[in-house]
Amino acid sequence: MELSGGQIVIQCLKDEGVEYLFGYPGGAVLHLYDAIFHQEDVKHILVRHEQAATHAADAYARATGKPGVVLVTSGPGATNAVTGIATAYMDSIPMVVISGQVPSAVIGSDAFQEVDMVGITRPCVKHNFLVKDVNDIAETMKKAFYIATTGRPGPVVIDIPKDITDPNILIPYKYPKKIKMRSYSPATKGHPGQIKKAIELLLAAQRPVIYSGGGVILGEASEELRELTRSLNFPITQTLMGLGAYPATDKQSIGMLGMHGTYEANLAMHESDVILAIGVRFDDRVTGKLAEFCPHSTIIHIDIDPASISKTVKVAVPIVGEVKIVLNQMLALLKEQKTKPSKKALEAWWSRIEQWRSVNCLEFDRGCEFIKPQAVIEQLYEVTKGDAFITSDVGQHQMFAAQFYPFDKPRRWINSGGLGTMGFGLPAAIGVKLAHPDADVACVTGEASIQMCIQELSTALQYKTPIKIINLNNRYMGMVRQWQEFSYESRYSHSYMDTIPDFVKLAEAYGHVGIRVEKPEDVKPALEKAFALKDRTVFIDIMTDRTENVYPMIESGKGHQEMTLRVAPGTPINRELA
Amino acid sequence: MRHIISILIENEAGALSRVAGLFSARGYNIESLTVAPTEDPTLSRMTLVTRGTDEIIEQITKQLNKLIDVVKLIDLAEATHVERELMLVKVRTCKESREEINRLSEIFRGKIIDVTSNSYVIEMTGPSDKLDAFVAALDENSIIETVRSGPTGLSRGEKGLHL
Ligand SMILES: Cc1cc2nc3c(=O)[nH]c(=O)nc-3n(C[C@H](O)[C@H](O)[C@H](O)COP(=O)(O)OP(=O)(O)OC[C@H]3O[C@@H](n4cnc5c(N)ncnc54)[C@H](O)[C@@H]3O)c2cc1C
Ligand SMILES: Cc1ncc(C[n+]2csc(CCOP(=O)(O)OP(=O)(O)O)c2C)c(N)n1
Ligand SMILES: [Mg+2]
Repeated sequence: MELSGGQIVIQCLKDEGVEYLFGYPGGAVLHLYDAIFHQEDVKHILVRHEQAATHAADAYARATGKPGVVLVTSGPGATNAVTGIATAYMDSIPMVVISGQVPSAVIGSDAFQEVDMVGITRPCVKHNFLVKDVNDIAETMKKAFYIATTGRPGPVVIDIPKDITDPNILIPYKYPKKIKMRSYSPATKGHPGQIKKAIELLLAAQRPVIYSGGGVILGEASEELRELTRSLNFPITQTLMGLGAYPATDKQSIGMLGMHGTYEANLAMHESDVILAIGVRFDDRVTGKLAEFCPHSTIIHIDIDPASISKTVKVAVPIVGEVKIVLNQMLALLKEQKTKPSKKALEAWWSRIEQWRSVNCLEFDRGCEFIKPQAVIEQLYEVTKGDAFITSDVGQHQMFAAQFYPFDKPRRWINSGGLGTMGFGLPAAIGVKLAHPDADVACVTGEASIQMCIQELSTALQYKTPIKIINLNNRYMGMVRQWQEFSYESRYSHSYMDTIPDFVKLAEAYGHVGIRVEKPEDVKPALEKAFALKDRTVFIDIMTDRTENVYPMIESGKGHQEMTLRVAPGTPINRELA
Repeated sequence: MRHIISILIENEAGALSRVAGLFSARGYNIESLTVAPTEDPTLSRMTLVTRGTDEIIEQITKQLNKLIDVVKLIDLAEATHVERELMLVKVRTCKESREEINRLSEIFRGKIIDVTSNSYVIEMTGPSDKLDAFVAALDENSIIETVRSGPTGLSRGEKGLHL
């Protein structure tokens, strides 16, 4: 088969089994777009801004485990994609981004729409390539997919100069079946000696906690995590990125930990004597003040990336390996053991945890005359029967979604944790809906975040991806306002907007349904109506309490044991501040 | 502590900037860096001198290993090793000072590799502190310029860094 460079790129995507290509055309990729025109296997999704292409592809990957694929033109197309590439990088999401580049002959001459894409993206990709020869395309594509999806996943950029895709130069095409790279071989099995040590520690533990995260979802190890947690009867807390790997509605789940985690999770971490950390990276939002992090604990850490281990917190038993394999190794070894975890110690431990749990740290003012954002999420959970895919933007609404929508399955909670990218939610919902057309997909957002990629409402119409946008409209950049309330004596510097658009009209202008909700009793009917409109995208603009804050909170520089709780559960907050 | 990290890396365009970029992005200090292709033209060997606590050095080696282009690396400071640095020094000379500079250069086993009516270029190799000592011994005002390669090194014994 003789193909041009442009055709080869698209043929490689077919051979990789790529379903969707999220992109936006331009001069440097015109040959590629012509190759796309002549085929139907790889479906191109035309976004309205390149940032959205990367978020949609990224969310497609988060929801399926398959790599997301993006195509953008050189210069501004490429730079617009950078935010989305960095977002995927921070959360270790497999993604392949193809960017057009000016012709090889003029690279370096400040040619029209030239940017050094390889240079710009170097710090926020797992790897990147500049293709210099049409004969290298197929192998480079194979390498890109291999690197993006194996080991600790991440985005890979392939920058392709225009002349390399020239339709007049035809070469024989063959897609490599396998690729081996001498400089890259991700870890698989964990070291048996380390695993033995870990099991001994776990069996002797008096106050153990399992701290699990995004790595379990990335590594498809939810089943193994469930089995291990249940067989040990240990409490488990999950990071924002790990939610759903272990069912949140199960009694052994003590909720999220960290800055906006539960009282019981953070205190259990603080008081624990052994921590089993699985696919987590001891992020600062999780640890709080490092010097006070888990002062009595011996830590076991399973991670595929050695650089994640002992990066911020020194661990006693590092286990480098693929989480699914390592957990199976542990389960096998555990079955051979005669000793069991001390029942007495665990009973005492659980009873302390139940005491903390009884504080009911997430409780909010249910009698309030204003719509409480937490109540909206609870009702969203009821209406979707807890089985929707929820994407989110960044802010208070993100935390409320994480706290009040208990996820029981992995890959259901799609959010930007590491970079915290506002604008992620809407394009992400489109990517998820394409991946799971029959599932309910909702985007929980805020009136500030949603405006960062609002143009994608147009994409949602074109590709008939009926999603439900739940806009928790507090007329504030609530998360920023909260910090200003706590740390800047309520000087709300530029954390509100005087000119918020009429979202109902906006939704209608884009061809969708808009609903405005202003009273608590109207929330549920609006949600029901929205989800009943199976084939329409619905924008539900919900006027929530402007003064609501996210609790509990570990304020910056504090430790797990110093959480700030809502004064007394249910006490109305001083409204004069707002 | 000072560490000398020896890296085998794919001889690809951009490989050097990946290493340099890693150091600047993560705020690691880099004292010197030398790089050249090896006897296998597809591989380059880099020698990098850095300083840091054990924790930082551990992160540096892990992060370097994580770079896709890095094939292998060792921290030479972990075992006994030999290290050498090359220095060229251009000094101002006059009739009266030549004898003294010749003598000094001989003591340090330097070689005079260029001579003009009023200057010498002296070549010297050795551990970095020896080069420092030579520069200190020279009359400060006589030095026109110096250039140093940064240290390179090998571990001692029969083991080596290769594929
Ligand atoms: C406004 C805001 C507030 C936040 N508040 C909180 C909070 O209160 N609590 C909280 O937890 N987070 C919070 N976050 C998120 C936080 O910033 C981090 O993104 C998150 O804590 C990281 O989750 P993680 O440790 O699970 O790591 P991830 O970023 O998910 O990293 C996964 C880890 O698993 C490893 N891994 C990947 N694949 C595998 C595999 N196959 N096998 C083994 N290991 C693997 C990786 O190497 C990595 O170390 C907040 C974010 C925002 C934007
Ligand atoms: C692109 C980007 N810019 C700025 C921020 C900082 N930031 C974090 S949350 C937030 C406010 C979000 O407001 P909104 O979307 O209304 O959500 P709310 O907190 O009110 O629920 C801002 C500005 C960010 N995370 N991302
Ligand atoms: Mg808001």
